[in-house]
Amino acid sequence: MSNMKLVDLERKLIAVARANPPSDLVPPTFEKRIMALINGGPVHDIWAVWAKALWYAAAPCVAIMLLFSGWAFIESSKTNQTPTIDLAQQLDNTLLAAVDQSNDSNR
Amino acid sequence: MERTEAEIIAAVLKGDAASFEPLIEKYSPRVFATARRYARRESEIEDIVQEVWLKAYQKLKSFRGEAPFEHWLMRLAVRTCYDFLRSHQRNREAVFTDLTEPEDDWLERFVHQPGAAREDSDAARQLVQRVLQQLSPPARLVITLLEIEDRSVKEISKMTGWSVPLVKVRAFRARAEMRRILAKIAKDKYL
Repeated sequence: MSNMKLVDLERKLIAVARANPPSDLVPPTFEKRIMALINGGPVHDIWAVWAKALWYAAAPCVAIMLLFSGWAFIESSKTNQTPTIDLAQQLDNTLLAAVDQSNDSNR
Repeated sequence: MERTEAEIIAAVLKGDAASFEPLIEKYSPRVFATARRYARRESEIEDIVQEVWLKAYQKLKSFRGEAPFEHWLMRLAVRTCYDFLRSHQRNREAVFTDLTEPEDDWLERFVHQPGAAREDSDAARQLVQRVLQQLSPPARLVITLLEIEDRSVKEISKMTGWSVPLVKVRAFRARAEMRRILAKIAKDKYL
């Protein structure tokens, strides 16, 4: 198809769109639905709010994980022993300190 | 005696939410027609219009009454439709080899006898939709407002919040994008 034809086709399609405006039909009782939403205030779907919060929390969690991984990597390359294990162990100890303490006090 | 729009809006702002209903009744046809230019499924169209009205109610305080309420509302509607297009960008991947038989026939007729390709046929309407769906959101918005609705650059600038030079740049790019899409149809079909 030549360029001339393409321009003509473009014009023709625009003319088609102009000649066929979309319908302005409104579904029955649509305004009542909107008024119900307005009068009822914001509708809170608890699961949607929870899912949204989890979704928002995902990025900071990944960022923290990357930060710790980077830190562990840098520390291990600095000391050159088996510090990754040490650091992992230390991290474990720190995270599980509360549980360990409660176990000790139960004994 | 019937209240004026300014009186209705003042009543809503004073806390009489029920007064908002006549505005919804009066302007919903226009908002629906606008939404139908950008979305196809009725459920999506209703969601867009619902969002427009909820935003209109929440932001009514920002309506200063300098321009008619209808203009303010249509600005809100166009911006909501644009947000809808941007959030559904991935859906614009229809392939042109999927042209239906009537669309194919219409194109064939146009190539051989442009005058015989009728503007009011279903095939022509579907083909227009197919092309518009392929456009990027800014291109679709600008082609719709500028070429199909025949609005001025200044009007589009007010409706979209884009500067006048930006509208011009986007219009230029939109036309180029549309020609690329049409060239692709031609290539798929005739080369």
